[in-house]
Amino acid sequence: MTSVAEAPPGSSVESRLLADPAGTRLDVHLTQHGRLPAADLTQVIGMARDAGLTGRGGAGFPLWRKLAAVAATNRPAVVIANGAEGEPASGKDKALLAYAPNLVLDGLQLVAAGARSAVLYVPASAHPALARLLDQRRSAGLDRVPVRLVAAPDAFVAGEESAVASAVAGQGAVPADKLVRITDAGTLVQNVETLAHLAMIARYGPGWFRAAGTYDEPGTFLATVSGAVASPGVVEAGYGVALGDLIAAAGGATAPLAAVLVGGYHGAWVPADPRLPVSRAALTPYGGSPGAGVIMALPVGACGLVETARIAGYLAEQSAGQCGPCVNGLPRLASTLSDLAARRARPGLPAEVERLARLVTGRGACRHPDGTARLIHSAMRAFHADATAHLAGQCLAERSHR
Amino acid sequence: MSHAETTRIGRGQEPASRRLHVDWTACDGRGLCAELLPELLTEDDWGFPVARGDMTVPPALEPAARQAVDRCPALALRLVSERPAPASS
Amino acid sequence: MTDALWYFARGSGVVSLVLLTVVVALGIGARSGRTAFGLPRFAVNLLHRNAALLAVVFLAGHVVSLLFDPYAQLRVFDLVLPFAGNYRPVWQGLGTLAFDLLLAIVITSLLRKRLGARVWRIVHWLAYLCWPVALLHGLGTGSDNGTVWLWTISALCTLLVVAAVGWRLAPSFSRFPERARRHINPRLLPAPTPALTQPGTPSQPGTPPQPGTPPQPGTPPPAHFGARASAQPGSYEEVR
Repeated sequence: MTSVAEAPPGSSVESRLLADPAGTRLDVHLTQHGRLPAADLTQVIGMARDAGLTGRGGAGFPLWRKLAAVAATNRPAVVIANGAEGEPASGKDKALLAYAPNLVLDGLQLVAAGARSAVLYVPASAHPALARLLDQRRSAGLDRVPVRLVAAPDAFVAGEESAVASAVAGQGAVPADKLVRITDAGTLVQNVETLAHLAMIARYGPGWFRAAGTYDEPGTFLATVSGAVASPGVVEAGYGVALGDLIAAAGGATAPLAAVLVGGYHGAWVPADPRLPVSRAALTPYGGSPGAGVIMALPVGACGLVETARIAGYLAEQSAGQCGPCVNGLPRLASTLSDLAARRARPGLPAEVERLARLVTGRGACRHPDGTARLIHSAMRAFHADATAHLAGQCLAERSHR
Repeated sequence: MSHAETTRIGRGQEPASRRLHVDWTACDGRGLCAELLPELLTEDDWGFPVARGDMTVPPALEPAARQAVDRCPALALRLVSERPAPASS
Repeated sequence: MTDALWYFARGSGVVSLVLLTVVVALGIGARSGRTAFGLPRFAVNLLHRNAALLAVVFLAGHVVSLLFDPYAQLRVFDLVLPFAGNYRPVWQGLGTLAFDLLLAIVITSLLRKRLGARVWRIVHWLAYLCWPVALLHGLGTGSDNGTVWLWTISALCTLLVVAAVGWRLAPSFSRFPERARRHINPRLLPAPTPALTQPGTPSQPGTPPQPGTPPQPGTPPPAHFGARASAQPGSYEEVR
């Protein structure tokens, strides 16, 4: 496990995908990175494995294993670049598609090698610019596999893997039961950032990729830093980067911080320790992971329970509405947490919050209930003292502020 | 679905253990499964089934589990052979 | 011999109606997910199924005996095609219709696993059409119409079904009245017309961020803690 005291050398703020971004200017992109080297699917799987590239959409599953599973089905693959980013605290996919869309499209061509067509699944607002770029790339002979744009609804679960597959098939963006794995059905859904990294690996090699990050978690990732920071935005850094370095890169904290939400609305609250490495290894003890790179800084004086209750209310509204435990459990969970946050105290309130969070876990077609429960469990740990004070009608955050 | 229901032999030639799978997009919380398999399932605050343990079906309970699968009004329950942790995004 | 056929046809018809009535009531009982008469849910469910299969047996007897009955002059295609019969075509046609509906319901139920729950459920709703059609057929076509015993049986059957349907529609029908209905969140459904004409608002392509500062996404994520600033004394705005 990575020590808190010393981060590995590759774990620092470092722009790769977002270094001198070419935007939608194809000529600038080609001057910077050159044309994509030709590679068949076996070579792509090999380089993804050697680089240790994992999915940047949140779950962090190794790309090469998904590619191999889809290839093993021996049928024409459905290849989808996922830029839905329904998470309100995340802006990195949107930034990537604005500043380095050619890297995403290069990566999509790599994983779509041998497929008949590929799909770019992004919010409709991004379509006009991307449609123009796709035309240019096709005229320039860059895209051998034709790419189709599909509109991603602006909703939290619209980016979930099986929801993406459903939306691309022309149905609603609703998650499906996971008895048959989506990769076993010949569908590859990859986050756009993962594809952009792959495009870089194809040009500069797995060794170059591994120079950033840690041995177990190589490469850089895009973080969206928001909350009590001077200039909220997207920052790129190697895995294992110190939390303080990420916050400094976003202009620094505007106030002393009480806690930081890492990994997004399905993530976990961690102590605002500037030395804490942002890596799976270092965040696991807090029940978290870098996820899709969301970093939200909570200032001292803001109540973490109130903030978590607000997020829980949002997540309850965002249920796809299919699964009974989610449809019923998340609103009850959110309202129970709201009671605690608003100091409508009753005996056993924190225990009831924990019980409901456990009750919904693992009981849905997708991980939406699990992620919501994870956030709430972490809040109950991180703000345990606050919860006790709330039961007595007090708020520590408020008091510390006075 | 036939491939999901075929028994896979695990390492060491032990018969693959079986597990109940709920398709939550189909489950309507009618309560038949919890009634037929009280050893494995109970009901939550809204009548939807909750696993008491990890949904692994001991051989002795396989007939009851099959009946529960057969009787589910929403066809939401399946008996599947154990498989490695599922891949996700 | 022909008289025996005729009596058997009438008798099995009435028994079928009574059984179908019980089947409808048990079906509604099974749908409620409640235990009834001290029976567990799955037993109510099985009873519903077995009573339905028994009704099919009696109905088969009813139909076959009429095929061989010289008065009814039922032809094989009258079993499938309603309202084409020689004997009281409308009333007999209702019987054919009910028979066809019941066959559809039973066959889809037996093939439920292959067809899927959705198709099965939709066809199963036809039970609410099948039962009154069968009742009308019994009241109108038979040589027993107008007899007190047939009217009594029909009235009792109607009472049972009306009571069951009334219960079905009552708010207290569900075991969990507070349970929220499952339906797809409308924001996930495909947009009717893709909003392809919204220039301006998204990212500004081609304008890279200033070097030295962290790149800003087109629309920066909201600073959440400021959103409720006015309401919360400990908010981020004030801290700053």
